[in-house]
Amino acid sequence: MKLARRHLPPVLLLAALIGIWEGYVDLKGAAFSLILPSPHQVADALYHDRSLLWSSFLLTAEEVLLGTLVACALGFALAVAIHFSHAFRRAVYPLVVASQAVPVVILAPVLAFWLGFGIGPKLVVVALVSFFSVVVTTVAGLSSVDPDLLKLMRSFDAPRRRTFRLIELPAALPGVFTGAKIAVAVSVIGAVFAEWNGSDAGLGYLILTSIPQLLSARAMAAVVILALFAVLLFGLLALVERAALPWAYQPRGEPS
Amino acid sequence: MIEAPQQEPRLVDEAAGVTVQAVRRAFRTRRGELLALQDMSLRAAPREVVGVVGPSGCGKTTLLELVCGLQKPDAGAVLSAPAALMPQRDLLLPWLGALDNAALALRARGLDRRRARAAAAPWLERFGLAGFEHARPAHLSGGMRQRVSFLRTLLAGKPVLALDEPFAALDAITRAEMQAWLSQVLESEPRTVLIVTHDVEEAVVLADRVVVMSPRPGRAVAELEVALPRPRRRTDPEVVTLRERALEALGVRE
Repeated sequence: MKLARRHLPPVLLLAALIGIWEGYVDLKGAAFSLILPSPHQVADALYHDRSLLWSSFLLTAEEVLLGTLVACALGFALAVAIHFSHAFRRAVYPLVVASQAVPVVILAPVLAFWLGFGIGPKLVVVALVSFFSVVVTTVAGLSSVDPDLLKLMRSFDAPRRRTFRLIELPAALPGVFTGAKIAVAVSVIGAVFAEWNGSDAGLGYLILTSIPQLLSARAMAAVVILALFAVLLFGLLALVERAALPWAYQPRGEPS
Repeated sequence: MIEAPQQEPRLVDEAAGVTVQAVRRAFRTRRGELLALQDMSLRAAPREVVGVVGPSGCGKTTLLELVCGLQKPDAGAVLSAPAALMPQRDLLLPWLGALDNAALALRARGLDRRRARAAAAPWLERFGLAGFEHARPAHLSGGMRQRVSFLRTLLAGKPVLALDEPFAALDAITRAEMQAWLSQVLESEPRTVLIVTHDVEEAVVLADRVVVMSPRPGRAVAELEVALPRPRRRTDPEVVTLRERALEALGVRE
């Protein structure tokens, strides 16, 4: 009963959305389904193109995972530097924000020139679109420590670095996780855009090439896989967070 | 790397006092200068417990931070043996258990986790926290949290303790219990103590001497000796009399 009550709402919502979508495409006719394929056509494509989709997925997944790791490491390092140095914060933070306004198409030729056509430039694009959330949430986490606690540590003669390790770093971890959860979702779309330039494989490339061939059901199947992957990564991170930081997890009372 | 000391926690080897001499301390704010302390003087002999009472905003917290060396006076002098602060709110770390929270002062000095825990563990028992070593602050009562917070400051191993309204956040019953408890602890573990409070009764129950401060800019306007045997009760006639005198010095009419 409890299980049903928990899982019924999302299942019902999803079923309703698919139903409306199916009905709408049926109503519009066969030609329209080349623009927006109906759910059963997408399911067909998922089955028939499964080996192509799977091999494309493996490449895109690699880009997403490695790119997110780079983003987290880079974002964390930048956040620590921003936290410690006012000069660094003033010099670098505006550039970090500005970096988010740079369209991928502008970067693609330069990245191809520097890094070729392999996975390298894709990782750069994925990391570029997703490091921002890690920087912002980690900076916020690091500075969330009560100033009185820092005073207390000074009265205990703790050197600055030890205060960072014992207090600011653990206090920032929930923020790091929040940033990483946003980053994985953004990384997926980042990988798709990355594959639109100088690429010959991956789900993003598959979408790009399927649409002009009027294989819109295949393109949509790729989107479904990308969406599921984002949800899966987000869920995994949430599980790890709950296990690693039980003190930060406040169970919300379920209404009875 | 310097090898951390192996012996039992060296808490305090020498007793030392506090002298605050004609201190002035001002803060710059958006609306101009805020004078927190003006001509503030105070003395605590070694192992003396001095209660500091005053209206809110009279610079009591500033006074403690000056004694702990966290601020510098603009004029006058602060001479104090090394002092450790106990903040008004417990400020326990939510991700650590009671034992690790108490041991934070030791880890601040560079002890590794194992040694810090070993040194703090016997104290937890003495402080009535046995069985709660690994309980995080969210699972401790207000009184327990305050005891962990006090233990943390005690384990800093400084001859002077600067307690900032240590029991202000507790309910009346727990506060009375904690005052009795603190009295006992200081009897077996004597320190020079400055205890800041807005609760006149608390100062009279705990302190050897009570210093009354004026409203901002704060300075000492009266001083009362509390030459009463311990334990004291808030209902003892002498305590009530001293309380009246302190309130009078604060300008409170009842």
